[in-house]
Amino acid sequence: MTRYTISVFTENFIGILNRITIIFTRRGINIDGLTASESREDGIYRITIVVTTSEEQVIQLTKQLEKIIDVIKAFYYVDDQVVHQEIALYKIPIQSLNPGLEKVIRQFNAHIIAAEQEFVVIELSGHKEDTQALLEILKEFNILEFARSGRVAVAKPMETLEKYLK
Amino acid sequence: MKDTKIRGAEIVVKTLVAENASVIFGYPGGAIMPVYDALYDYCDQLEHVLTRHEQGAIHAAQGYARVSGKVGVCIATSGPGATNLITGLADAMIDSTPLVCITGQVASHLLGTDAFQETDVVGLSMPGTKWNIQVRKPEDIAPAIAKGFHIARSGRPGPVLIDITKDAQTALHEFNYVPCLNIRSYKPYHKVNPEDIKSAAELIDQAERPYLLFGQGIVLGQAEKELKAFLDKSGIPAACTLLGSGALSQEHPLYVGKLGMHGNYASNLLTNQCDVLIAVGMRFDDRVTGDLKRYAKQAKVIHLELDAAEINKNVRCAVSVQGDCKESLQLLTESIQPKKHLAWLERFRELEQMEKNEVVGNDLLPTKLGLTMGEVIRYINEFKADDAILVTDVGQHQMIAWRYFDYKNTRTQVTSGGLGTMGFALPAALGAQMHDYKKQVICVVGDGGIQMTIQELGTIMQTQAPVKVVLLNNNYLGMVRQWQQMFFEKRYSFTELNNPDFIKIADAYGFKASKVTLRQELRDSVAEMLMHNGPYFLEVVVEKEDNVFPMIATGCSVEEVRLS
Repeated sequence: MTRYTISVFTENFIGILNRITIIFTRRGINIDGLTASESREDGIYRITIVVTTSEEQVIQLTKQLEKIIDVIKAFYYVDDQVVHQEIALYKIPIQSLNPGLEKVIRQFNAHIIAAEQEFVVIELSGHKEDTQALLEILKEFNILEFARSGRVAVAKPMETLEKYLK
Repeated sequence: MKDTKIRGAEIVVKTLVAENASVIFGYPGGAIMPVYDALYDYCDQLEHVLTRHEQGAIHAAQGYARVSGKVGVCIATSGPGATNLITGLADAMIDSTPLVCITGQVASHLLGTDAFQETDVVGLSMPGTKWNIQVRKPEDIAPAIAKGFHIARSGRPGPVLIDITKDAQTALHEFNYVPCLNIRSYKPYHKVNPEDIKSAAELIDQAERPYLLFGQGIVLGQAEKELKAFLDKSGIPAACTLLGSGALSQEHPLYVGKLGMHGNYASNLLTNQCDVLIAVGMRFDDRVTGDLKRYAKQAKVIHLELDAAEINKNVRCAVSVQGDCKESLQLLTESIQPKKHLAWLERFRELEQMEKNEVVGNDLLPTKLGLTMGEVIRYINEFKADDAILVTDVGQHQMIAWRYFDYKNTRTQVTSGGLGTMGFALPAALGAQMHDYKKQVICVVGDGGIQMTIQELGTIMQTQAPVKVVLLNNNYLGMVRQWQQMFFEKRYSFTELNNPDFIKIADAYGFKASKVTLRQELRDSVAEMLMHNGPYFLEVVVEKEDNVFPMIATGCSVEEVRLS
């Protein structure tokens, strides 16, 4: 079992996300992370899906995704083939602010992006391992809320989408 | 300037006409009423068949599509009308049948409010359609239907559903139909790579025991001639899947039988003895392969297939040739050496003889008292037209009819293959007949399946479509009973049927009908049925507890095919 990033380029039609996710559901494959955003080309969306599965299965998934009429192209990558990032937000009670926390924030190169009367929000971008490590530490600081985005990723191979857009 | 605006409902009808639809099947209801109102003015251009259930409409559209090669069209209303299409959509999806289904939907301001007869049919049908869309504006109707036809019929065909809100049907707009020829995100064809042809030809030229399997891809790709030319030059024995039947005449000297759970003995068994296996337009369904771990492991597999997702899905191939098999077969024929494989072919004939001795004789020329399904098919063969179309339901009768029907022409086999939909046959036969009243359409059906859609006898009565219904009645859900006998210690749990008097039912529907219980009456009755001009209902009471053989039991390998 390997972690794969699948990049799906689609037309912007209602229901496309549903069509994509049922391909995973039907095969009983858990989606570890999913993000959707615009791509470089106007009107084309990119959906980034992280799954842990076998290569055989990810090939089949990619082919099934490409069968969707509104999918232009789907690529799959192992972690080494993508530059990827996730963003995490940590809500910490104001009472937990102490020199120990400052050290942790510096260590992780995290930022405080909001301060309210009762809490601060720390932000960290990085790989899941990094944001997870920070989470584990912040549990000791009575963390109130935690949220992590899905993966955003750009591919290292220089293949472009243009040739599929004719 | 003259006002050229028409109602969205009329745009629906005009677009169907522009897309060359000539017969459509459907059932009216509230949310689709504007379309039905518009149809009233187009009866001279578009023949609408009122079925007795929406499931009947979609299966009829499937039967029509299968025999005509055209896109089948059906129409239903919102809510229950739309949900009744789901079985047909799933069936058409797995059997690659081109359909355009149009459903009415509640007015757009009512969407999501649980309005009367509102259901999310786009959501419900998503996994069972090649494409679907909801249209809420009259200007989007013609482009959506045009796109739907293009998607349904191109590449690997499939069903499309277009859901149109009632307000879009009643609002006015110009008729702006333009055929859809290209969709940026959809590339239905793939140019054959000459390198793949070269690699495949090399394997074929070196092969000592090559074997070809063909499926419905030959029919869908209109590659019947190319298949025959390839076989004639290569000398390779060929077997067909359930849906590939008819693509090659069974009288062809290299035809060696049918594949799968109840296919032929030789064609299944020798899959595990060939050295090169060429699969054309088929998808290695589990009913064909049996246990995949023990399927053709000794062979180098060449797969000619249009759908990329089918390549290496179930069986790993040595060479894949992605593309339309009409093109790839032709290129392959040009690239190979002419050969004969007589000794290898002889192996098939030897095993075929074993099947004849142990199974076929008892099926076709039985000596026991009860009638067999096989002998009914034997008499059908004796009197049927060469290009007669066989429509079957699902179960024992389906397998027996498939095994013994004398297929001579392409597009003469209509059955529910992948989904195994009981109740398919009667409406599908009606649909097949609606394409051409002159063709002989023979609907072979069991006593279980016919009762799932028996209401369509009414549609046949109303259209006077000259369908020949052959009911093979064993008072059992026969295939399930066979499995109970073989694998569940004869515990016949809920498989015996207390049936109605079918002849009275047929009579009530105005069919000419007869019932056969004795062997000496069978031949004449079949002859009478096939010579009758209009619809005909023939019930044959067959042996209650007959089994279908050969058989590859679930989980077994193709070489474990049993004769008894």
